Amino acid sequence: MPNPIPQPAMPQPAIAPPVERENYLNAKYGVWSWLLTTDHKRIALLYLLSITFFFFIGGFFALLIRLELLTPAGDLVQADTYNKLFTMHGMVMVFFFLIPSIPAVLGNFLVPMMIGAKDLAFPRINLLSWYLYIIGGVMMLHCMLTGGVDTGWTFYAPFSTNFTNTKIVEAGLAIFVAGFSSILTGLNFVVTIHRMRAPGMTWSRLPLFIWAHYATSIIQLLGTPVVAVTIVLVAAERALHLGIFDPKLGGDPLLFQHLFWFYSHPAVYIMILPSMGVVTEIIACFSRKRIFGYSFVAFSSIAIAVFGFLVWAHHMFVAGMSVYAALVFSLLSYAVAVPSAIKVFNWTATLYKGSIHYDAPMLYAFGFLGLFTIGGLTGLFLSALGINVHVTDTYFVVAHFHYIMVGGAVMGYLGGMHFWWPKISGKLYPEGWARLAALIVFIGFNLTFFPQFLLGYMGMPRRYYDYSHMPEFQILNVLSTAGATVLGVGYLLPMVYFLWSMRYGKPAPDNPWNAAGLEWKTPSPPPTFNFDEEPVVTWEAYNYDELDSPDKGAPHKEEVPVAR
Amino acid sequence: MSEHSNSAHAKSPLKMYFSIWAALLICTYITYKAAFIELGSFNAAVALGIATLKATLVALFFMHVWHASEKLTKLVVIAALFFLLLLLGLTMTDYATRPWS
Ligand code: HEM
Ligand SMILES: [Cu+2]
Repeated sequence: MPNPIPQPAMPQPAIAPPVERENYLNAKYGVWSWLLTTDHKRIALLYLLSITFFFFIGGFFALLIRLELLTPAGDLVQADTYNKLFTMHGMVMVFFFLIPSIPAVLGNFLVPMMIGAKDLAFPRINLLSWYLYIIGGVMMLHCMLTGGVDTGWTFYAPFSTNFTNTKIVEAGLAIFVAGFSSILTGLNFVVTIHRMRAPGMTWSRLPLFIWAHYATSIIQLLGTPVVAVTIVLVAAERALHLGIFDPKLGGDPLLFQHLFWFYSHPAVYIMILPSMGVVTEIIACFSRKRIFGYSFVAFSSIAIAVFGFLVWAHHMFVAGMSVYAALVFSLLSYAVAVPSAIKVFNWTATLYKGSIHYDAPMLYAFGFLGLFTIGGLTGLFLSALGINVHVTDTYFVVAHFHYIMVGGAVMGYLGGMHFWWPKISGKLYPEGWARLAALIVFIGFNLTFFPQFLLGYMGMPRRYYDYSHMPEFQILNVLSTAGATVLGVGYLLPMVYFLWSMRYGKPAPDNPWNAAGLEWKTPSPPPTFNFDEEPVVTWEAYNYDELDSPDKGAPHKEEVPVAR
Repeated sequence: MSEHSNSAHAKSPLKMYFSIWAALLICTYITYKAAFIELGSFNAAVALGIATLKATLVALFFMHVWHASEKLTKLVVIAALFFLLLLLGLTMTDYATRPWS
């Protein structure tokens, strides 16, 4: 570690006062105090528990998929079981883990704290959103236990409407209900960010985490209803033979793909934008610098949210759409990479000449930077019509979106969990273990997914359970399965030491990283209404130069011990 | 937001709600009748037109967009319409330019 955050050489001042002060965790006890809570922080924890549960389920399916692909022959499961495995894996991971992950856990916890509010604008709607999520989740579980679905997470018509006899309607309804939970979260964030900012917290002083969540909320509000309607249409077509997607009845199967991807491409930004917000906070803190190009980073979030709605048909290039429209969508897909690139360049510029600290959250942020960049650039490969024809529906696509969604979004989520864990739990996690876990995740991830780029390039199709006609694919598949095991260990570790730290961890000071931001100016864990008195903001975001300047009395030097 | 919707409510909100409801029912009846008149591809256009009118009534009166003083409400409405336009417009780039069919 080159240059650690300056920390006191003398013995640390007494940290924990003798009597534990009242905070949101110990304010009330009992199951009902949780299940009926309207405290955004408690709801965030409810979400944390539930999405972790679904992460395990999705991970279990992934493990089975990888085990099947260990050998070329389809020997572990049968073909239809395999179809169900990748379908349920995708549905659970996308709709029940990734979409709620950062917004519903970290966003719920932090949006009010970062803008200096007591709670979200609609606390009860916030609780309702968790219940909707749970209802959707239980429906999904029921659907899985009674047979599951085999269409892939994309529900493509006409297979979903006319042919498969699996539980389409039930899975669709589950996602429909969970979708409303997502809409309500977005609605709550938009109103909260507009209406509940503390005095002095102008738009240009908002942490970029807030801008990212604002952009995410726009997508949730405007996109989710479309997928909800699409699901209803699939159900209606199945039940009533309406003729929306069925050409025999005057429908058009590609209409399904248009409607589905109108939501589902922007949905990938629901997953990645909050992660970008997290990474922005982490990079500023651990390079001890103001974010380079604040307004560019802020507006690129909005640009991503808007441009993200203009590119959906890049999922349909070989499906039989008009070649002229394909041309337009290809060009627009190139355009959407620009705001993402703006962010990457600004993060890099922030790092430049920063005083960089390699704490665990920062390691995850570095992981994000590299993996997201690879994911984004391979997205450009896929947007090029000529290349797309060759690699669409191969493992290349699978690798592309896992680099973004797992390498990007999940890395950011884990980085954020580490960064704010002291605030959330009031305890410090073991830094050494956390760095080790970050390293394991990074290695495991690349070992799992990089071979898939090669496999796809060599022509291995996605969604096949048997590749015995091409035994030369095996070696890369073995690497990928081995990597998945490593990755699994990397994900289990934080789960273990976070739980451990809740009991045995050292009490966290209010601001263990000496970070800027209102959420650090309140005790860890925060009191129920976040701030003892309403904060008034007189400084710009990311004022690390002021925080670190020696002549300003260097508050951090004597204030608190540093978490490490 | 509260003051304004209150003043709107003060002018006998029930009467307003019921008349909108009646208008919606009449529109439904027209849709039903129109479906039996042979207009070729215009049948769909008529049905969609009436449906749009009904949706507009619901948004304006039942959802209080008409009397909204909030800038945020207006922003949401405009944004929603804009994205609907994107959905329809960009989808039409496909349907309008397929060299076959
Ligand atoms: C940087 C800009 C990006 C571009 C230009 C891009 C482009 C593409 C293209 C063209 C495809 C279609 C491949 C095919 O099936 O033929 C694709 C697939 C996909 N992309 Fe991206 N992408 C970008 C960013 C992202 C992001 C940020 C995410 C997620 C957070 C993402 C997630 C996905 C997913 C899930 C698929 C596969 C969908 C499926 O077939 O099931 N992409 N991307
Ligand atoms: Cu896409």
